[in-house]
Amino acid sequence: MKFEDYNPLEEKVFKIMDKKGKIINTDDMPNFTNDQLLYLYRTMLLSRTMDEKQLSYQRQGRMLTYAPNIGQEATQIGSAYALEKEDWIVPSFRELGAWLIHGVPLKNIFLYWYGNEWGSHMPEDVKVLPVSVPISTQLQHATGIGMANNIKKENNVVLTYTGDGGTSGGEFHEALNFAGVFKAPTIFVIQNNQYAISVPRIEQTASKTLAQKAIAYGIPGIQVDGNDIFAMYVATKEAADRARRGEGPTLIEAITYRLAAHTTSDDPTKYREDAEVEEWKTRDPILRFKTYLENKGILTKEWDEKMKKEVENEITSTFEEIEGKADTKIEEIFMYHYETMPPILEEQLKEYKDFLEGGKNNDK
Amino acid sequence: MKEMTYSEAIRLAMTEEMRKDENIFIIGEDIGIYGGTFGVTKGMIDEFGEERIKDAPISEAAIVGAAAGAAVTGMRPIVELPFLDFITIGMDALVNQAAKMRYMFGGNEKVPMVVRLPGGSGTGAAAQHSQNLEAWFCHVPGLKVVAPSTPNDAKGLLKSSIRDDNPVVFIESKLLYNTTGMVEEDPEFTIPLGKADIKLEGSDISLITYGRMLKKALIVAKELAKENIYIEVIDLRTLAPLDKDTIIQSVKKTGRAIIVHEAVKTGGFGGEIVATIAESDAFDFLKAPIIRIAGVDIPIPHNKELEKAAVPSEKDIKAGIYRLLNK
Repeated sequence: MKFEDYNPLEEKVFKIMDKKGKIINTDDMPNFTNDQLLYLYRTMLLSRTMDEKQLSYQRQGRMLTYAPNIGQEATQIGSAYALEKEDWIVPSFRELGAWLIHGVPLKNIFLYWYGNEWGSHMPEDVKVLPVSVPISTQLQHATGIGMANNIKKENNVVLTYTGDGGTSGGEFHEALNFAGVFKAPTIFVIQNNQYAISVPRIEQTASKTLAQKAIAYGIPGIQVDGNDIFAMYVATKEAADRARRGEGPTLIEAITYRLAAHTTSDDPTKYREDAEVEEWKTRDPILRFKTYLENKGILTKEWDEKMKKEVENEITSTFEEIEGKADTKIEEIFMYHYETMPPILEEQLKEYKDFLEGGKNNDK
Repeated sequence: MKEMTYSEAIRLAMTEEMRKDENIFIIGEDIGIYGGTFGVTKGMIDEFGEERIKDAPISEAAIVGAAAGAAVTGMRPIVELPFLDFITIGMDALVNQAAKMRYMFGGNEKVPMVVRLPGGSGTGAAAQHSQNLEAWFCHVPGLKVVAPSTPNDAKGLLKSSIRDDNPVVFIESKLLYNTTGMVEEDPEFTIPLGKADIKLEGSDISLITYGRMLKKALIVAKELAKENIYIEVIDLRTLAPLDKDTIIQSVKKTGRAIIVHEAVKTGGFGGEIVATIAESDAFDFLKAPIIRIAGVDIPIPHNKELEKAAVPSEKDIKAGIYRLLNK
């Protein structure tokens, strides 16, 4: 595929598979083995089930606030699968699928949403930055990592994510302009899930597409069907190849839909119609991929059932492993903040310990 | 020791460190051929090239944010902003991101970066180019805050800041750039962060200051010595982490404390020093209330005379000391 063939000003969207799981663009179809296809499908299932489980744990008061990914699995998994192990992912906060593909252990993910900072204590070979909640400022880190790779003459690329709402912040502009100037090997994926909490995409910008913003920065921009795992993989792979060839950054607008709430604190029925949600359900990325795999005879009903059970067991046992065992000590509040603990934190740690031991210093 | 300006000392510190460690690069506006807004990086591009002396677009948020990203991968970026005031644009990158990354990584990663900010008034640059915002940074856990007042301190502290594995905000006073002093030439000479320096010993009053106000404090102290008033002048050098011991020991000795800074009084760092004394056992040694001499609570005026009037003068400091002594 060529980015030039998909002019974002003409709203030409890159697609490979339609919503019924039929391949409509055979030229660009990636050459995956059956094992790869089933691995991708299993990861999508893992992501979906994880969301459902965490939402349920949260409702039972066993987890903290949670931001589900339901409906966006192809965007995240397809894009992240195009990376090599040494490449970086700089996430926002709704990238579960990308984490899973890039090797973040399930336990870390649960710990993070359980409120334990050890969740971001990634294994050494997993190049993923922690969750970033201030919208789109993480894009600058992605640009910076890309610039560092250029200085170090390393051939790694960086994949970063933001939402449709994230394109409205000044940081989005600065990060993309910067990346363009310095030819940072950075891939910016906008997960356009149609809503920034309650504000629809149309109220976010007068631009016809989000991908067209790339034109202003002198970099390629493309709209991709974000519910098509093949299209997401191929577009990201092409962007990564460009980056490795020293041709700089790419902007990908993944057109998708958030089927669930923004977070567990949100009620989407207040701002969108059921009919709209139902229509998007027919474009569900997992359903579509499953139909493709079934039609090809790659996925059988038995394998699917078996996989669903396996995935559920994996999730349940991981959660049981961490629930109620925060694994943290009082010292940990203080010890991670600086490379060596400064006097003020030593003092505050001591005060806190004394307090816990019955306030022996309280009358001092 | 060699005589050089504050500006040359800063340049020498960066040059020595960059020769030793290829992971260090500088990023900022007009720092290449132009040599920086105040000429601090002058000539460095000739030795280190465009790759390590990076002229950036006017994007303070991206400059600080990209530096933080690069730092996580093992680089040691030095950011230079043209004026301290412009960090307001980069505050999200600094406060919400750089300062918290290590913590949010469960201590798993380092964020070694230095943000150099030319601050302060006195150049006729008016309200948006003359501020002293050090108290903001001190209020953010995760940052270290350094404010040198002499060329030698600037060199030694900057080298420690570059070698530090945490984000460091390094505040340079614009009016000090052309001041001279003797500077250690040994490339291994450093001054540890978090250690105050007693620039003048005295028995009657502890005067606690930092940055550009040190000079005025020393002039006043020398004048008052002729009247048999002996002032101990403490230069904090690092505001975070704060060297509380030096302050407390000095106040226990003198029983009187006066704090001098250029930043506006309300919410200024002086309040933190007052609290440090009041919360410590030095409180029992106080013979008089603690006094703060600081900038007035207004933006820096453009008019030269008004600009001078807005920040502490030697006369203001002297008046404060007399007040402290009931004279």
